[in-house]
Amino acid sequence: MAGSSIMENLFQRTLEDLIKGMRLQLIGESAFISKAVEEIRREIKSTDPHTKSTALHKLCYLSAIHGLDISWAAFHAVELMSSSRFSHKSVGYHAAALSFHDATPVLLLTTNQLRKDLSSPNPFEASLALQTLSRIATVDLARDLTPEVFSLLSSGRVFVRKKAIAVVLRVFDKYPDAVRVCFKRLVENLESSDPQIVSAVVGVFCELASRDPRSYLPLAPEFYRVLVDCKNNWVLIKVLKIFAKLAPLEPRLAKRIVEPICEIMRATGAKSVMFECVRTVLTSLGDHDSGVKLAVSKVKELLVDEDPNLRYLGLQALSVASEKHLWAVLENKESVIKSLSDEDSNIRVESLRLVMAMVSESNVTEISGVLVNYALKSDPEFCNEILGSVLTTCSRNVYEIVVDFDWYVSLLGEMARIPNCQESEEIERQLIDIGMRVKDARLQLVRVARDLLIDPALLGNACLHRILCAAAWVAGEYIDFAGNLFELIDALLQPRTNLLPPSIRAVYIHSALKVLVFCLDCYLMQNEDGNLVVGQSDPFIGKRCSVAPESATCQSSNLEQHEDLTSNPRNTTESPEDLSVFENNADTAVTQGPAITHEYMLGLLDRIELVLGPLTANQDVEVLDRASNILAFVRLVKAELIDNASQKANRADKKDTQVSAIITLMRDAFVTDLGPVSVSAQGRVAVPDGLDLKENLDDLSAICGDIELPSSSSFGIGGPQFGISSDATSTGLLKNEESGLVNESTSLLEHRKRHGLYYLPSEKNEISQYDYPPANDPRSNSNSDEAAELAKLTEQSLVLKKKPNQTKPRPVVVKLDDGDVVPLPISNKRPEPRDDSLSGAIKDILLGSTIKPSSSQSNPSDKSSSKRKEKKKQVAADIPSQIKENLGDAEGLGLENPGSSSKDHDYVKERRQRGKEKIVEGEGHDQKARKKKSSHRHGKHKTRQKANSPLNVVSQTPEIPDFLL
Amino acid sequence: MSLQRGCSRSLSPRTTAVSTSVFEDFKACISEEASCQTISEINLKKQKMIRAVLVMNTQGRPRITKFYEFWPVEKQHEAIRNVFSVLCSRAEHVSNFVDAESIFGPDSRLVYKHFATLYFVLIFDSSENELAMLDLIQVFVETLDKCFRNVCELDIVFNYSKIHAILDEIIFGGQVLETSSTEVMKAVEEITKLEAASNAINLVSKSVSNWRSR
Repeated sequence: MAGSSIMENLFQRTLEDLIKGMRLQLIGESAFISKAVEEIRREIKSTDPHTKSTALHKLCYLSAIHGLDISWAAFHAVELMSSSRFSHKSVGYHAAALSFHDATPVLLLTTNQLRKDLSSPNPFEASLALQTLSRIATVDLARDLTPEVFSLLSSGRVFVRKKAIAVVLRVFDKYPDAVRVCFKRLVENLESSDPQIVSAVVGVFCELASRDPRSYLPLAPEFYRVLVDCKNNWVLIKVLKIFAKLAPLEPRLAKRIVEPICEIMRATGAKSVMFECVRTVLTSLGDHDSGVKLAVSKVKELLVDEDPNLRYLGLQALSVASEKHLWAVLENKESVIKSLSDEDSNIRVESLRLVMAMVSESNVTEISGVLVNYALKSDPEFCNEILGSVLTTCSRNVYEIVVDFDWYVSLLGEMARIPNCQESEEIERQLIDIGMRVKDARLQLVRVARDLLIDPALLGNACLHRILCAAAWVAGEYIDFAGNLFELIDALLQPRTNLLPPSIRAVYIHSALKVLVFCLDCYLMQNEDGNLVVGQSDPFIGKRCSVAPESATCQSSNLEQHEDLTSNPRNTTESPEDLSVFENNADTAVTQGPAITHEYMLGLLDRIELVLGPLTANQDVEVLDRASNILAFVRLVKAELIDNASQKANRADKKDTQVSAIITLMRDAFVTDLGPVSVSAQGRVAVPDGLDLKENLDDLSAICGDIELPSSSSFGIGGPQFGISSDATSTGLLKNEESGLVNESTSLLEHRKRHGLYYLPSEKNEISQYDYPPANDPRSNSNSDEAAELAKLTEQSLVLKKKPNQTKPRPVVVKLDDGDVVPLPISNKRPEPRDDSLSGAIKDILLGSTIKPSSSQSNPSDKSSSKRKEKKKQVAADIPSQIKENLGDAEGLGLENPGSSSKDHDYVKERRQRGKEKIVEGEGHDQKARKKKSSHRHGKHKTRQKANSPLNVVSQTPEIPDFLL
Repeated sequence: MSLQRGCSRSLSPRTTAVSTSVFEDFKACISEEASCQTISEINLKKQKMIRAVLVMNTQGRPRITKFYEFWPVEKQHEAIRNVFSVLCSRAEHVSNFVDAESIFGPDSRLVYKHFATLYFVLIFDSSENELAMLDLIQVFVETLDKCFRNVCELDIVFNYSKIHAILDEIIFGGQVLETSSTEVMKAVEEITKLEAASNAINLVSKSVSNWRSR
């Protein structure tokens, strides 16, 4: 046997051989590795520990560097851990730390070996065991090894002690009851003179406090002492982090620490500490002006530093500050803007975020303009970053900061033309959204849409298709604002539209239909009598020319004329229904496109037939369907038009002809305004009878219970952004609703009510969401919500009245009362600061609510056993009694509460006398008063316990002790 | 002191009793805590001060990998690849921070430093200071330099265990424990000595082992 092991040893390849072989291999890495593993599998079974350890060592290397799964070798690792030779042991431990996890079955076998090594006299063996424990400790291991860790916490060897302190973090986490055993010693180590120990303890507390800061408030005096005395930068950073967590919980503490932190900030030479101070002040001490001012001045220095790291962190600190102290950002505006052109993408992104934070109603125009120009010059990635943030900022809270929608709509058009633009989806959404929400922006919207549609080059860019889709829809939907109908229809039917995906092509065709219907309508109208407008009872005429009758009736009133100015310029110059005016008064229609002649109309119909004819054989059903519809319509109309032309002499009869009826019908179909839809609209639709939505899905919801979806997005086909509301109340609310001018314009109100001029039809019963913009819904106005209408009308009149005083009032933006915005799924659900077992245990220790009686104590009859203790009876039985020591010692700081009552006087003395000795029991204090008033830290005294036996602090929020005051 | 001893005494009987009991009993005893444990375990996974140390060369080959929480090896390597693809696209003389949330989950930050042919990368969370982490990389590299005298990539390739010993002295279970390279060196030398000594008395034929190590 011995002979064979020597042979094995002699011919075994060491790790170094393996690495060399790997570098020289010619057979390919994976082949080489699998060969090596085969060899290792043989070697690792050897009875000779040296052979085994070398094999495992090689395996570890392969796992760490080449990503080999070595979980199969777990047992061999355990075997080697128990070897008496250090080198073998270390390989075993290393392998365990590398590959073990909570579910590794052989973990159970390690308990005894770990215990043995933890109590080994050799510090390096103990260190190995601690190292591995910090990585693999499970509930069982943590519980079973708590005593060993506990005794190492006061080891004489710093080398071991600091590691024992660090491992406590994992032990507490796995086995919260270890707190009862170890916590006191942990805190004692805070007072150690050895900086390494202090550093380790503070590190542990920093991590503990980040999970549940409230539990550690009582230790604030200790941390304060470290903060003031410590010169080690690593420790300072950690202490600052602890205070950043504690200060928001206790304003008195915050007041205390501001000055020392500022002092450190001024004095320190280390940038890391300085930055940590800045961050602490800005995140947690934002109410203390002196500190904030100093921090901002330091940030200013960082922003102009040569080191890009410091500039980056400076910007980060500013964005932390921007929430509460926007002035800090404004003060550093130049540096921020300059950073936009930094070569480092981190810095650019961060400064962009800050620039967007500065945007307000007054400067949004300039800033967005500058940024969009800047986006043109920057690389694609950052360009989109800019566009994205401009779009989000401007659309935030239903375009809250946008006043001039004409500008914004043009900006959207500009953005669409920026090469590399990846934000087409958002631009598409906003174009449609603005169309539906902001009536006054529609004119400009149609202009922008026309410019986009008419450019054949844009069709070649697949990124722009979504935007073109929106443009086509806008042009069709708000055609009455269009300047030149013919060029629009040409644009919609241009041959290059075959580059579009079918769904968008369908939108084009549908828009073409809308334009065509409008054209025909205008054509018929222009051929009618001049007095058509006034006597018209057609609803669409009523809508579009609503202002005309008013002006006719109120010609004499100047006021009314002012009102008309708001909408008339549009109507008289652009709106094609004024073709009727054109008939009467030729010179007002100069801006109008060419008059529609009969020949032209026929030509147009021919063209449509020609272009769409082939599409009836299109493969896509949407395109095919729409093309067929429009063709059928064209043929119908064409026949009639030709008929009519032959008997043109009798123009007065025309209105009664069939074609006119058809057109009117079609026109009516498209006349209703589409409104934005509430995100919660779906929730209001009654579930039809016989549809059981819950059936069979119960278990599904259990499976994906943690995925929270907003209710509306579960049905939206084309995204929840737009559609038709299903509920009257949801459509009702308009922005800027406050108005006192109701009385003055009641007649107007009534008039409008009669003629159906509303921003929003009150009730729309269809949920029509498509992945292309929806066609119009003919049904409307059936039952309207009176109140909502009134509100709308009031609003309208308000705008009209105000008009003369304001140069450019913000147009009305339709807002829904219940959620325009899709509620964000709560993505990063932070675990509730729940009173989990760990914090519970720590509170117990620190606040002394559950003190375990033990035989070694003179007060075994403590009745204060809480529920919690009973739950953990098994554990509690072993808890050493001396933990219930007083832990908080504010005295060392000389920070006694000056305002504390004289009652506390002897109490203070008692704290002084405490020193390192145990608290004298049974002092005669007014326990209750003290308990309420001064502190839990002192609540650990037996006597007090007795006095308030039913106390169960665990379940309540503890009072804040008066430390540091 | 006497109290402490009393405590360990009072603890030890139970633990031995426990360790001899059946595994199932075990589970039953702590079933109550176990329910809490799963939650705190998740917390732990999300919150480890330093989550990983990676060293890779400019070709993307990992040279040192150390994860302070359990990651299946495939995920480790995927993460390393992702980190490399980010790092190699970054210019020289830009800031040393990279947004790592897409690779390592929320609240994770990454700093790296480029030395000759190697990238040194630290992944950590909000309980560490970014600049301090940069310093830590410096400490690590300095220690390596002291240890190997003008450290180069090959030293790191061939000294797997020594490098891990160094790293383990500096970072312990995700926490920074030692930042002085002298102290680290001292400990590592001790460990090396100890390993050599245990190897020396190891083999039946000392001569063989000596001959081998030549």
